[in-house]
Amino acid sequence: MATPTLSQVELDYSGGERLTMNMGPQHPSAHGVFRAILTLEGETVVAVDAVIGYLHRCHEKLAETLTYAQYPSIASKTDYVAAMTSEFAYVLAAEEIGKIDVPRRAQYLRVVTAELQRVASHLLWLGTWCMDMGGALGGGATIFLYTIRERELILDLFESLVGARLLYGFYQVGGVRYDIPSGWADTCRTTIDLIEQRIGEYERLLEQNPFFLARAQGVGVISRALAEDVGIAGPLLRASGVNFDLRRAAAYSSYQDFQFTVPTEIVGDCLSRYRVRMAEFRESIRIVRQALDGLPEGPISSRPGLKSVAQIRIPKGEAYARVEGPRGEVGCYLIADGSAKPYRMKWRGASFSNLAVLPHIIPGHKVADVVAIMGSVDPVFGEVDR
Amino acid sequence: MPAWIVPIIAPFIVLNVVIGLVTYVTLLERKFAARMQSRIGPYRVGPHGLLQPIADALKLMMKEDVVPTAADRRVFNLAPIVFLIPCMLIFATIPFAPGLGVADLNIGILFFLAVSSMEIVGLFMAGWGSNNKYALLSAMRAVNQIIAYDLPFIFSALVPVMLAGSLKLSDIATAQSGGMWFVFYPVLGQLAFIAFLVSTLAAENRVPFDILEAESELVAGFRVEYSGMKFALIQLGEYAHIVGSSFLGALLFLGAWAGPGPEWMGPIWFLLKAMLLFLLVTWVRWSFVRIRVDQILALSWKFLLPSTLALLVATAIVVVWRYGGGA
Repeated sequence: MATPTLSQVELDYSGGERLTMNMGPQHPSAHGVFRAILTLEGETVVAVDAVIGYLHRCHEKLAETLTYAQYPSIASKTDYVAAMTSEFAYVLAAEEIGKIDVPRRAQYLRVVTAELQRVASHLLWLGTWCMDMGGALGGGATIFLYTIRERELILDLFESLVGARLLYGFYQVGGVRYDIPSGWADTCRTTIDLIEQRIGEYERLLEQNPFFLARAQGVGVISRALAEDVGIAGPLLRASGVNFDLRRAAAYSSYQDFQFTVPTEIVGDCLSRYRVRMAEFRESIRIVRQALDGLPEGPISSRPGLKSVAQIRIPKGEAYARVEGPRGEVGCYLIADGSAKPYRMKWRGASFSNLAVLPHIIPGHKVADVVAIMGSVDPVFGEVDR
Repeated sequence: MPAWIVPIIAPFIVLNVVIGLVTYVTLLERKFAARMQSRIGPYRVGPHGLLQPIADALKLMMKEDVVPTAADRRVFNLAPIVFLIPCMLIFATIPFAPGLGVADLNIGILFFLAVSSMEIVGLFMAGWGSNNKYALLSAMRAVNQIIAYDLPFIFSALVPVMLAGSLKLSDIATAQSGGMWFVFYPVLGQLAFIAFLVSTLAAENRVPFDILEAESELVAGFRVEYSGMKFALIQLGEYAHIVGSSFLGALLFLGAWAGPGPEWMGPIWFLLKAMLLFLLVTWVRWSFVRIRVDQILALSWKFLLPSTLALLVATAIVVVWRYGGGA
């Protein structure tokens, strides 16, 4: 093994013949370009070597060459499944250094879009995870097509708000770029009502299915101690029994105004991670409803009338801003030098630190479980490699 | 027409009808799955996509035939044929109507069961000859699974045989005339039918037992290196096996050609029943997730095999008690 992994299961029951199997970087169930070098003994994985870096696009260097007005649109490309999240972290960091106030209407709009994004991201996760377990030519694909149908509705909402469907550039330093068009709030309410109802349908479809339970229950257990040691975040951490959510622990952008619970599970297996995310759907929908109901009037940006890309200048200073993304803590460390571009920028991707848990939990499982565990971790490789 | 020509003509006709049926069954499945998934399915080629299977076949014929450098060429090239032949042979003994079939053997069911489990040879050859780790792993799983599920398959198929008191498929069909289909036989019939369905699912390598294909782990399993016509042959064999098993199920449990209407409606009823079973399998396929190899084996050895064996013994007792030995 090139890189020593932290846990290896010693089985060696059949004369010690081991098979090294390369899973990825081009593999139908890798959620992106991830390479896992598996050492197999029969069907059992005894060691895994995780290789990343196939999607590295020099995002942090790129940020130094783009102004504060330009980069939010590019930030969305780090985590392209939840594009709003990384924009959010970037503008928060810039606002913290520049001590820029954000109008309350903009804060609420940020919350609405961030939570809708969480729902969209979780929908994609549910579909792809089931496809990992059920196959593209099986029951998994059915769930996938259902969840994609619902995700489409959220993308339609974003499209009518921003004009883009995948990468938005909605957040701006000092506020948001667009106000909601007329009738948008009502469309949004009917959409989330529909999605909430459909979530219940998926739960009934999956949780009463013994095959689904057989694949998810007791698979890939992350103990609380391991979760804290490795530093995983988001739904994974909460599924292992740690009640930690940045929206509650370090509230930003008026999250303290909303009523919501932080769902936690204690077992830490794939099923717990599924349950946490299913509960988060409902909590996100709850937050969106509250934010739409209590949406204050007023301006949407404290720096309206942006004429040039270099117009925003942030004074010298540094700050770390973090938001709770669908996959966990997304952080942005920014050093400003007084010009229109940051001096240095560093991302903390949630998927990157979540992925670090794989070599700890995969050994000892069967090959089929590898994809189920990887799917339950929900990595997005744009965010891992940046 | 001289008598010697019948044994030549009949297989030719059956083979072509079966190939045509199997190609169109793929369209049926795709349409059915599309409806389940709130899609439309194939629609562009011909009215309602009716020419789609032909377009697919033509496409596969025109594809480049790639043989991996490291493959064992002879085994690799032979495997699709070895796989296809048993899948086609299973139709030889099925009587599609009274007296309408290639060969109504007096051990028809035995022939069917023996031949259908021979496909594993071709499957393992494909996995071995490809010289690909995914394919090899898939072939290993295939052998495991076939051994585990052939016995429950045979045991559950033997229940109607015992009830009918004959190994001849046409006798089993006529024993169910008058609406006494074996699926309606109290308790035994239903249990055997369920066991038959589950074990055919596994024998056909369909979701939730499709661990051989398992494209999310093993990409496409044993056929990962196949392309063009060889891939088409494997695909054809797989679907032929499914259709053949559906016919067998309809014959053993659903009264074969029995149904209202004139006698010439018999084959149509038979086809409809077989397609009903096929759609049942498809319904399961598109709504379940795949289970793991150890869970599949445990399900068979710890549950399905003992229970089908017990069912067989119970059937034997009932037959002896009710009919005094010979039915």
